[in-house]
Amino acid sequence: MVCWTPLRTATCLPQKTETAAAVPFIPHTSDEIAAMLDAIGVSDIDQLFDEIPASLTISGLPDVPAGLSEAGITRLMKERAGRNATSVCFLGAGAYEHHIPAAVWEIATRGEFYSAYTPYQAEASQGTLQLIYEYQSMLAGLTGLDVSNASLYDGATAFAESCLMAVRATRQTGSRRILVPRYLNPVWKKVARAMLTGQNIELVELAAVEGRSDLSALAALDGENFAAICIPWPNFLGGLEPVDELTDWAHERGMLVIAVCNPTALALLKAPGEWGGKSADIACGEGQPLGIPLSSGGPYFGFLTCKQALVRQMPGRIVGGTLDVEGRPGFTLTLQAREQHIRRSKATSNICTNQGLMVTAATIYLSLLGSEGLRRVAARCHANTRDLIASLSSLDGVTGPTGACFHEAVLSLPKAVAPVLDQLAAAGILGGFDLSADFPELGHALLVCATELRSAVDIEHYRQALADVLGVPVAA
Amino acid sequence: MSDVPGNLRFTIEHEWVRREPDGTAVVGITDHAQQQLGELVYVELPEAGRVLAVGDAMAVVESTKAASDVYAPLDGTVREVNPALTARPELVNTDAYGDGWLVRLQLTDASQLDGLLDAAAYSDLLAAED
Amino acid sequence: MTEPLIFEVSRAGRRAPSQAPAVMADYSDLPANAIRTSIPLLPEVSELQVVRHFTRLSQLNFSIDTHFYPLGSCTMKYNPRAANKLAMLPGFLDRHPLEPAAHAQGFLECLYELQQMLKAVTGMSGVSLTPMAGAQGEFAGVAMIRAYHLSRGDAERTQIIVPDAAHGTNPATATMCGCDVVEIPTGPDGDVNVDALRKAVGPRTAGIMLTNPSTLGVFERRITEIARVVHDAGGLLYYDGANLNAILGRALPAAMGFDVMHINLHKTFSTPHGGGGPGAGIVAANERLEPFLPIPIVGRRDDRYGWLAEGERPQAIGRLSGFMGNAGILLRAYVYMRLLGADGMRRVSDFAALNANYLMTRLAAAGFTVAYPTRRASHEFIISLKNLARDTGVNAMDVAKALLDRGFHAPTTYFPLLVPECLLIEPTESEAVQELDAFAQALTDIRDLAIRDPAEVKRAPLTTPVRRLDDVRAARQLDLSWQSRPVNLPASNNPPTPQE
Repeated sequence: MVCWTPLRTATCLPQKTETAAAVPFIPHTSDEIAAMLDAIGVSDIDQLFDEIPASLTISGLPDVPAGLSEAGITRLMKERAGRNATSVCFLGAGAYEHHIPAAVWEIATRGEFYSAYTPYQAEASQGTLQLIYEYQSMLAGLTGLDVSNASLYDGATAFAESCLMAVRATRQTGSRRILVPRYLNPVWKKVARAMLTGQNIELVELAAVEGRSDLSALAALDGENFAAICIPWPNFLGGLEPVDELTDWAHERGMLVIAVCNPTALALLKAPGEWGGKSADIACGEGQPLGIPLSSGGPYFGFLTCKQALVRQMPGRIVGGTLDVEGRPGFTLTLQAREQHIRRSKATSNICTNQGLMVTAATIYLSLLGSEGLRRVAARCHANTRDLIASLSSLDGVTGPTGACFHEAVLSLPKAVAPVLDQLAAAGILGGFDLSADFPELGHALLVCATELRSAVDIEHYRQALADVLGVPVAA
Repeated sequence: MSDVPGNLRFTIEHEWVRREPDGTAVVGITDHAQQQLGELVYVELPEAGRVLAVGDAMAVVESTKAASDVYAPLDGTVREVNPALTARPELVNTDAYGDGWLVRLQLTDASQLDGLLDAAAYSDLLAAED
Repeated sequence: MTEPLIFEVSRAGRRAPSQAPAVMADYSDLPANAIRTSIPLLPEVSELQVVRHFTRLSQLNFSIDTHFYPLGSCTMKYNPRAANKLAMLPGFLDRHPLEPAAHAQGFLECLYELQQMLKAVTGMSGVSLTPMAGAQGEFAGVAMIRAYHLSRGDAERTQIIVPDAAHGTNPATATMCGCDVVEIPTGPDGDVNVDALRKAVGPRTAGIMLTNPSTLGVFERRITEIARVVHDAGGLLYYDGANLNAILGRALPAAMGFDVMHINLHKTFSTPHGGGGPGAGIVAANERLEPFLPIPIVGRRDDRYGWLAEGERPQAIGRLSGFMGNAGILLRAYVYMRLLGADGMRRVSDFAALNANYLMTRLAAAGFTVAYPTRRASHEFIISLKNLARDTGVNAMDVAKALLDRGFHAPTTYFPLLVPECLLIEPTESEAVQELDAFAQALTDIRDLAIRDPAEVKRAPLTTPVRRLDDVRAARQLDLSWQSRPVNLPASNNPPTPQE
């Protein structure tokens, strides 16, 4: 057990500020304060808190430091941001460094988007509402399904919500088990377990062989009752799952099919709506690749789309088109009776706030890229990763993956991965994700990724650095 | 003021029940209930064959501002649900006691009907709520 | 004024070519059966068209930056621009979440100090920053309560008590955690009915979820007694931090007897609401529940910062996000808290209370019915328009729409459900008295107009980009995406206008 020391208490004592004008973000002048107190009929502000029992009141916050000016906090944050070394990134594992057009965040952080709230007053929120409708249309198109919600927190929670949704939609079967391939993002499985255990819903692992789900393992599951199967696309190792076979197998047994997808990949790879004979039922995933910065882990957003028949089981906000009293088209939140503020304990989820600003960015991103641009990004990511694998596996003892991969792939190293990554990091390279803790059967396995931002020079730099670390010749 | 037909039985949860000549019972929500909910946009109905006990949540009626469970007023088995409501939930608003019916039940114990409110008692209940 | 859909602006073959690789790379090595056969419907537009379209859309919104936004229970205060700018410094923004901790000491130091400040303002002993919204913080808290009882072999405690005035997320959260909800009534003065609570608690009680001040805008005066009743019955107390702005620096939830709580950083600590998120719903707990906090948590040893995860926190309820929560939002809250400092934080609740009580007094003087006239307002208060609705037919929704025409975002309407025809008004501390006066005057004008000419109020809004929308049509004839738009709905009737 690691023992962490408590924080040093604040070094600066709070300074008593006598006039309100000196307090950030409070506009009141002394005269105004006096007049307002007078109007209320109290002598001082303390009196406004006289319903709080005296035993519960405190006189201040001794452990909070004194305030800083904007110049002061700017200096502090620049110093701290400067301490976060940045490296050439070959690391993916759920978050991907892509080009983000300058216009995306210039517009998304306009005050009218940034400082608005959930569009309850539709007439005063048409900008946000229309944008969400456009987003829903784009995500429905990208996944090949009928309807999208307005976003969830992130990919992991979208995955968990999809499992909950599938259990609700198949409740007549009584199944509370979800079949999940071994190579689905291991953290997402943890998140889903944390969110599902309270409702006694269980994730059951589908075995894998050679980096993808083992179809021959399905026979042993016949006769077992599952609400759904989740199919990652591509899977956590970049592997291409047998989506058509798994989809048809599941549908023959009355299960739903949940596609867990990388949205960039969907520009090129078969859409969930095209899987098998009857298409996937639900698609979900992490929206971060669509114009959202890596940002140390968030905020990102989760997307969730489904067939029309399942729309009432969807969690989260949904925007619909309608007409105003003059017959003009407009947009409003709809299907709200699914939600917590109306259905309370019987709601489809407790979610209310989602990731609206991230959806704003993603919608601008998708508009700027278009389907042609997004296909080029996807194809370039794939080609760069393929080049990276070819380059690195030219080194002695390093081998590439077997079978088709997209966008991300597994390298086998001749020695333990963790120290190799540490040495690469010291050389300014984020070398990838060490798979050995989550998937020991893969040996010294390193998950690498090269998005469209990596150049041939970056890849060669990585090859030379890896050769150094492994102590093998660089010879091309 | 809402309509309370004399030939029906009622529950305090604002459901109505009509005994049919074939021994089944048709169930819906009252005119008062539909007024309280506002314009309905969706009705979720049980599957035929489902066995219900008194008080089981058997259907959901939704407007844009509210959603409400409808409870089984009697023990029974769902024989049939109103197929028209899928496309036209507003029938519950326009004709709560007729085309807006929800389910037809095969009763387990027809004598339970006697325990429900008659029109006079239900009218009193509404008057007391006002 | 409306704006065409981006799909209506789209023309086949148009692009923003500088945003994507110049050539299509070869992907012929991918198996044919893995390739998409349909082209996803995305708009084909130029960069200027994109910029103009989304800029115009933004202009259809009300926002804090443009309008007074007294949306009760949402704490729509000023979002300092510095918080946005500094959280988006490249050193934070371009960092991969799985980068080694050694590369992220500056980032982790900010989060660690944020944890410490959040402990200070709650009185709790541990904090996890990971929940991404208030509802997820609630989920974490109730799951922790469940985990605590289970760790003691107390599997029968599955009932969560909530007051009838509670926010809808409370019962929805309890259900997500596999608990049953027991509702207790509120007394006529707005406090919880403690006798009803005494009857509700028992060996199946897992805990109670309370907001204090409550959603009724008043401080729960018997909170210490409530805590004793629940604790004596073996249950725990969950504090819904939605209204923390009202007591910041004045009282500590831990001292009231709460065991675990969440804080909406997008309310009290002024991170942006973003048109519906992202938020952050950090969770804090006392010593009893701290071991169950969701992971990861930032720890510090010597002068190095790192993540505490499964190894260090074996009893944690687990992970609630793919990485570690809404990092960029946490940084914005950190900047805001450092700008305020200890004294500034206390002034937040001072002036939130001053503004709310002043506006309540003004409206009462103008003849409005205050829901709890004998009580102090917290940072928000309720007026009921029941009499106006009875006398004129103009209801709370009509008044809300008429406010939009007068340049004010409407307060929260029809919540809490206990008060008929209610407006829940939260001015926040960052508004000047002139704004409050103008708002009170607008409400008064609308009320007077309703008495004189109710039909005129019911026509509102007249000045917004669209007028009242048909919610029933939206729900019955679902139109949720462009490609499956019902054919009977007209396309936007506002073709590009040459001059405006």
